This record gives sequence, structure tokens and C-alpha cells, in this order.
Amino acid sequence: MSLAEDVTTAPQQTAPSAPHLPARLEVEGLEVQRGDRRLFSNLDFMVASGELLHVRGPNGSGKTTLLRALCGLLLPQAGEIRWNGEVIRRLGEEFTRDVIYLGHLNGIKHDLTGAENLRVAAILDGDAVDDAAIWGALSRIGLGGFEDLPTSVLSQGQKKRVALARLLLTGARLWILDEPFVALDVKAVGLLESLIVAQVARGGVVIMTTHQEVALTSGTIRTLDLGVAGQPQRG
Amino acid sequence: MFRTFLVILRRDITLAMRRRTDVLTTLFFFVIVASLFPLGVGSEKEMLRFLGPGVVWVAALLASMLALERLFASDHADGTLEQMMLTPQPLSVLVLGKICAHWLLTGLPLVLVAPLIGLQYHLDGMPLAVMMLALLIGTPVLSLIGAIGAALTLGLRGGGILLSLLVLPLYIPVLVYGSGAVAVSTIDLADVQPFMALLGAFLVLALAFSPLATAAALRISVE
Amino acid sequence: MKRHWFHFSAPSTFYSLAGRMTPWFLALAVITGLISLYWGFFETPDRLGGSNPQKEYYRIIFVHVGSAWMSMWLYVVVAGWSALGLVFNTRLSYMMAVSVAPTGAIFTFLALFTGAFWGKPSWGTWWDWDPRLTSELVLFFLYVGYLALHSAIDDARRADRAAALLAIVGLVMVPVIFWSINCPDPNQCAALHQRSSMSDIDGNILFGMLGLTFAFWMYSFATSFMRVRSIILEREADTTWVAEQLQKEGVR
Repeated sequence: MSLAEDVTTAPQQTAPSAPHLPARLEVEGLEVQRGDRRLFSNLDFMVASGELLHVRGPNGSGKTTLLRALCGLLLPQAGEIRWNGEVIRRLGEEFTRDVIYLGHLNGIKHDLTGAENLRVAAILDGDAVDDAAIWGALSRIGLGGFEDLPTSVLSQGQKKRVALARLLLTGARLWILDEPFVALDVKAVGLLESLIVAQVARGGVVIMTTHQEVALTSGTIRTLDLGVAGQPQRG
Repeated sequence: MFRTFLVILRRDITLAMRRRTDVLTTLFFFVIVASLFPLGVGSEKEMLRFLGPGVVWVAALLASMLALERLFASDHADGTLEQMMLTPQPLSVLVLGKICAHWLLTGLPLVLVAPLIGLQYHLDGMPLAVMMLALLIGTPVLSLIGAIGAALTLGLRGGGILLSLLVLPLYIPVLVYGSGAVAVSTIDLADVQPFMALLGAFLVLALAFSPLATAAALRISVE
Repeated sequence: MKRHWFHFSAPSTFYSLAGRMTPWFLALAVITGLISLYWGFFETPDRLGGSNPQKEYYRIIFVHVGSAWMSMWLYVVVAGWSALGLVFNTRLSYMMAVSVAPTGAIFTFLALFTGAFWGKPSWGTWWDWDPRLTSELVLFFLYVGYLALHSAIDDARRADRAAALLAIVGLVMVPVIFWSINCPDPNQCAALHQRSSMSDIDGNILFGMLGLTFAFWMYSFATSFMRVRSIILEREADTTWVAEQLQKEGVR
């Protein structure tokens, strides 16, 4: 049910952050190389407001590489990636302000506490630092009582939750998530799903790789299959 | 932007303070290397006084270079480095914050301890003061130039040795003028001024260009 | 014209161009090299210098000076290709930089080696921390660093770009480094620096030196092109034109 193009228009939800500002990611003629291997070439697709793009493919097909290219961490060999019509390289700060990337690595310092990690992240993102909001986010993500312990004492799943807490605090319209469900227990999986659903409903864009299926209450799910031969098939 | 610089500076210092060993190892390495020379070349007073400036500087170079490996390694390993590259802040400002923290933790202690080493080499009074000042200006330059090498060799096998190979030739101007300043100060204090001016010029140029080159190197290495 | 220029920046087209040009460069290198050496050995005076002349061994100057010049110029070439690669993101620029570097390193080593052989009879020592020799040694370290960095990185793209950045940083630092070695005491700088003027050199000796330097340039072109061709084949191994090319050359 959740795989098919499901265009259900849900009732308009009042958005806490930026409501219906344009949010569109276009990719044209993208070619990415890793080492001497050409992972894919001539890749075209588009994701707009209120859509979730599910990138699929076998191991080694370049899913993570694609996501990193979309963030701007990787320079593609050819092609363009445009956010709201402008090439992301030229947008610079305007783009990075609007995107949040959660990759395989958590991006948290083990010698800092969960709260300290989120504080630094908030300042670097240019947001106002609201300690109450930070503690609230950690509590909502299931780390109540662990906020001021160094993250080195947390379990793998708990460390992941600290990283996910950033999703609760960010105003970014583009979420790029690489296997976000890994290491999470059932409860956390449910919570993350609800966060993703809410983001899509708000008019944001989510691009993710996962082996898990996410059911949306509103918005569209698109799929992108990176085939073994390196030539992607669009879904 | 200054706020960004400060938050990274404070973050790195906090992290280092929670794992104190890193700071001390650099310092002890400096002391040990400087102490080895007399054992190797003999302890004749005049010769040590002559060798002193050069030895202190070479020891400072090597200690500074050893510490460089840790500049970006930990952030690279836990993913915070790529997150820094995805913030709206200019990467060069973040890098400058990290280098500044790194110098405060590894370079500044050398500056403070160097006079003790200088005494071991029978240097006194004015030459010691000149040595401190030269190191104070020179060690930040070493950190700044070394950061480029650290960024280029991020995550590579044999990183430390490769880093030394890349960075030591680039350290030569600082070495020549830094030790030259101290050597000249033992003869005529007035002659020290052009050395200090050159070191100061190096510092200004390094502050201007190194963060940009380091940021570029980081982008290349993180891909 | 611009379209024509970028036409050869594709590895496949450059491969054949380089292949056609290499034999000519090799031939020129050998011919001019032989002529220059002949000139150097037979048409030049037996002694060099006025008051305390150097004997026959001075002839090593032809190889020594030429290779020292080449070592410096080729470093600039490496940095130039590196800059082109970083600015235009063209793969071939990086490949050219990587191909030229080993030749540059060889010339640097040759300069040091012949310098030692020249030093022994004339100064009485194999090595002296003469500013020029020391600078040449540092240049050797820069080349080795470049090659070491490139080979230490597995990912070809990261290796190319990292080495390119290193080459440019090195080029910027080279004047500073050389100057600090030549002039370790800024108070007494002007007096120490000895400038040897080209006009003082005997015409025949100058001809020999320039001729051999030209031969070295031809040799550099030839070896760089040969190297870049093999790098191209390696990197583009999964393309159809390489498969066709290898078939043509009778490998498959």
C-alpha cells in the first residue's frame, strides 16, 4: 500500500515552522564516480513539497553516495542539483540552512552530554539556543533523565536518538536521512516515523534510504531504484 | 561569525579538558626530545648554548606536528566534521576555531615550558625572553600550516608519517627565522627585530590563507 | 577555437594525440641530447674559471644545471596542471600533473647526485649545506611528498584533488622556503647572495647547457605522455573506447 504513488490530500495541517514556502529539489544529468567506478550517470529526478523520496537499491549501488551528493558533501562528476531553482553550490549558506543530513555516523561528540551536543548543533545551525526546547526534545525522543550524561555511556540506540533529537529542533525543509531506523527499538521507530510523516505533512521534503516501509498519512511517496547495472530506474 | 568561532573554540577545549592526556603527551614529548640532544652530542657548555635555539625549535616543530594528527581525526571519525560542513557557517571560521583551540592546548604550553629547556642549554635572560616571544608568534604559524597537512591526510593509513613528510618542508622558514632570532639575540639584541617582523608577517599571512586552504582540503578529504 | 581546445581534454582523444607525439619527442630528446653532449665534451675549453680553474670534471655542469632548472620548472608545471584540474574539474589535468611529477623528482635527484659529484673534486666534500643544494633537497622532499600523498589515497578522485591542493600550497611556499634558506639572517642578506650572470659564461658552454636543457624538456614531454597514456588506460578501463583500443593494439 505504501509503495504505490499515493496521492492523498489530507486536511490542511497548521504547520509549526515555515508553512508552504517553496521546497523543491531537482536533479539533472547527475553522474557520480567513486574511485574509478562510475556509480550512476544521467540521473534525473525531482522531489517537491510534501513528498517523500525513497531511494532503493542493493548494497553498493550508490545510495549513500547519492545522498551525500544531494547534501553537497560530494562533488558530482557531471550534472546539476538545484534547490528551488538554483544550483546548490551557488546557493551555499541558503541551502545548508534548509537541509539536515543524518548519515551513518551520528555526528555527536562522545565526551559531551546529549544536551551539550544539541546546543552546539543549534548554534552552528544559526538557531537561537533554547535550553528548555533542547531538554524537551531529548525527553520527547525518549532520553529523559539522560540529558546531562556524556553520550559515551549511552547505548548505540540511545546515541542514535540524540542525533534524531536534532530533527525535533530543526527548521530545515529538506531532510536527507540515510538508514535512519538502524539501531532503533520499536518505540523509537514509531516515533521517527511520526516525525517523518509530520515533516511531509508540513510541506517539507524527505529523502531517505531504508529497508523499512514508511506509511504516510498525506503527501506522495516517490521511489528511486538504483539498479545493479548502475542505470537507475525511476518509480 | 565570532559566535561560531567561540562555540567551536569552547567545544574543543571542553573536549580536551575531559581527556587530559592528549595535552600532556605533546608537552612531555617536547621535553624529552630536547633532553635527548645533550645525551647524543655531549654536554659541553659552549656547544649547548650554540645548539640551544635550534634544538628547542626542532623539538617544538616535532611536538607540534605530532599533535596535528588529532586535530581533525576525532571529528572525522564520529561524523561531526561532515555536520560542520553542512552548517550555514563558513567552514574556514570553524576551522580557525579548531586550530586556535589546538594551539592553546598544544602550542601555548610549549611557549611556557621553553624557558626551562633554554636554561638546560645555558641560555639566559634576554635570549630566553626572545625565545618565548619567537615561539609565541611561530607556534601558531606551525599549527596553521600543519592544519592543511592534517586535513589532506585525514583518515589515511600511515597518516602520521605521511603528515610529517608533507608538513616539515613547509615548516622550514619558521624554523630558520625562529631559531635565528634566538641565536642572534645572544650576540646583539637589536638585530632581532627583522626576524620578529618576518615571523609576524608569516603569522598574518597564515591567518589569512591557511583556514581557506584547510577548508578546501577538508572538503576534498571528506568526499 | 575554445571548442577545439577542450576537445583534447577528453582522455580518449588525448590518448591518441599523445601517442602520435611521443616518438617525435623521444627522437628530439636523443638527437639534441647527443649534439649537446658532444658540444659539451669537445667544443668547450678544458678548464673553467680564472684564478683557480676547475679541470675536466667541471663538464658535469651541463647535466647538473640543466636538471636543476628542469626540477624547478616541472614543479611549476605540476602546480599548473593541478590548478587547472581544481578550477575546471577536468580529469585529464589531474592525470597530467601526476604524470609529470615523477620526471620532476628524477631531475631533482639527478641535480643532487651530479651536484655531489661536482662538489667532491671542487669543494673537497660530497655534500655541503650550500643554500642552492639545500633548496634542491627541500624541492626533492616536496616532490616525494606529492607522490607519497597521491599513492597513499586509494580513491583516485580524492588522491588527484588532494595532491593538486598540496602542489599549489607547495608552489606558494617554495619562494618563501628558498628565500629563508638563502637568506637566514635578514640583517645581512644582500651581501651573501651571489648572482652568477649568464653573460659571463663562455658561449660554447652556454650552448651546451641550453642544448641539453632542451633535450631534457623533450625527454620530459615524452615520458609524461607515456605515463599519462597508461594512467588513462587504467582509469578508463570500463569504457568501450578502451576495449576497442586494446583490441587494436592486439592485447585482447
